[in-house]
Amino acid sequence: MSAAAGEGVAQGEVLVRARGLRKHYGSLEVLRGVDLTVRRGQVVVLLGASGAGKSTLLRCVNHLEAADGGEIWVDGVPIGFRHDGDRLHELREKDVARQRAEIGMVFQRFNLFPHRTVLANVTEGPVQVRGVPRREAEAYARELLERVGLGDKVDTYPDRLSGGQQQRVAIARALAMRPKLLLFDEPTSALDPELVGEVLAVMTELAREGMTMIVVTHEISFAREVADHVVFMAGGVVVEEGPPEQVIGAPQHERTRAFLARVTA
Amino acid sequence: MADRAGAALTRPVDAPGDDELLPQVRIRHWGRVVAGLAVLAVLGLLFQAISRGDIDYASIPALLTQDVILEGLVDTIVLAVIAQAGAIVIGTVVALMRTSANPVLRWVSWAYIWVFRGLPVLLQILLWYNIALVFPTFSIPVPFTDAYLLDQPANVIMTGFLAALLGLGLNESAYMAEIVRAGLTSVDRGQTEAAKSIGMSPAKVLSRVVLPQAMRVIIPPTGNDFINMLKGTSIASVIGFTELIHAANALSSRSLAVMETLLAVAVWYMVVVSVANVGQYYLERHYNASIRPTGTRGSVWAKIGGSLRTPPFMRSSR
Ligand SMILES: Nc1ncnc2c1ncn2[C@@H]1O[C@H](COP(=O)(O)OP(=O)(O)O)[C@@H](O)[C@H]1O
Ligand SMILES: [Mg+2]
Repeated sequence: MSAAAGEGVAQGEVLVRARGLRKHYGSLEVLRGVDLTVRRGQVVVLLGASGAGKSTLLRCVNHLEAADGGEIWVDGVPIGFRHDGDRLHELREKDVARQRAEIGMVFQRFNLFPHRTVLANVTEGPVQVRGVPRREAEAYARELLERVGLGDKVDTYPDRLSGGQQQRVAIARALAMRPKLLLFDEPTSALDPELVGEVLAVMTELAREGMTMIVVTHEISFAREVADHVVFMAGGVVVEEGPPEQVIGAPQHERTRAFLARVTA
Repeated sequence: MADRAGAALTRPVDAPGDDELLPQVRIRHWGRVVAGLAVLAVLGLLFQAISRGDIDYASIPALLTQDVILEGLVDTIVLAVIAQAGAIVIGTVVALMRTSANPVLRWVSWAYIWVFRGLPVLLQILLWYNIALVFPTFSIPVPFTDAYLLDQPANVIMTGFLAALLGLGLNESAYMAEIVRAGLTSVDRGQTEAAKSIGMSPAKVLSRVVLPQAMRVIIPPTGNDFINMLKGTSIASVIGFTELIHAANALSSRSLAVMETLLAVAVWYMVVVSVANVGQYYLERHYNASIRPTGTRGSVWAKIGGSLRTPPFMRSSR
């Protein structure tokens, strides 16, 4: 698998391991026993039709959603729980917050803080959550904004930015926490077509630098070129997974083929 | 499209002399002129009628600064400010209970709003004021000792001020709870999720992300409520609390200059309400700063005028 990745990404130890994840809303079973493994430095792309449970899976990883069954371990820690001997004790929201600080998330609709400048959006986490001195946080924030190509927008408010710019600020905001893992939930789906490229370029660059990422997207070319591992979901289960040349290039399952035919049409 | 019929309406694109712009004749708004003149005429007649009234206008300025009136003014402001401040604090707590995951808290907050918003303010004030009839003494014993933290006859504690404060403040707190709740629910759920995703604790999510954004929705109706509160303190005159109206009655019962005293009090109400308007304007501007960084320039009075014309929360979208 690693030989096929081509980019020469070092596939390290397991960073994320989900086992037997279950989640239901009322009578609707959204996750029906999902397993997922992500190694350090890997880019995993989740594919699947709308309603397949991709967002729910992603939101369970940082405990925005509590799973009804199963476990998620990130870097040896059970998310939402404290490991004590042979038991898992459910954590209070305040302690879950500490776990979340290690996991960044980028949303479809950006969700920047509209009442704060671009710079303040990026420094908010480090200053308020980690207690980093403001001066230090601002220096790092400027560096990150420079990297996503927005060094000249630090004092602007989010509503003055294009969607692509907003999403790049959102990526910088997530990176400012120096996360172990980044989650992307359809980061380009709300963008005008001509703005998709600038966001995917930033994500590709992050992948090249070795950031561990789980990405829900319908951008098949991104999956093909950047992903180390592709997971195809349908109806709350993983139907097929493997390297992109296998899952996208030579899908084994009829549902995968039907899905790919639709999104690449 | 180009070949629309009617030669008089069209000018061929390639006609000579095309670089000259044709003169434009604007609509004359005669209706506006007529309406304006009519309203001015009515105002003039009204003013003339009022000036014939048997009112000694010249005595009003002196009445404004009578000790009794000034004391009433201070009492009115103190009562309104404390009642509103208390209402904001209690209302916020009740609103948070209302949106809590705990069903007991949700139910209690619902019942609280139901009672304190449902009963007339005057009735609430009278109930508090007459509480000595059912509870002759207020006492708070210190547990496991014979000592008392508080042990006083009820009619010593329940002054007119306290009864008015409780009546007005608790009633307003029920309204504030609804205003704060509307503010909290107006903030997009994505904001909470983004705040959580960078590791914020629930308290930080509330204080750094949700409340500051809810303020834009909370402040305008709160400003309106405060202005109502300033005027509403007049109801406390029925239990003998010396706010402005009570002061005016006390004064005019001796001087018999009833209308003049009432007009003096009216002047004070307008002054206080206008000051509150200015405060509201600056608060709104503070919380809207990020949404409209390029605020309009102009005199304070122009801004007040503007804020009176359109509800501020309708102006704030983009
Ligand atoms: N909070 C919720 N309450 C009820 N149903 C939900 C909720 N969130 C998601 N769902 C349902 O769960 C299913 C899977 O949703 P989701 O994980 O968002 O799918 P995907 O991201 O793959 O499109 C959908 O049918 C959706 O309607
Ligand atoms: Mg989704």
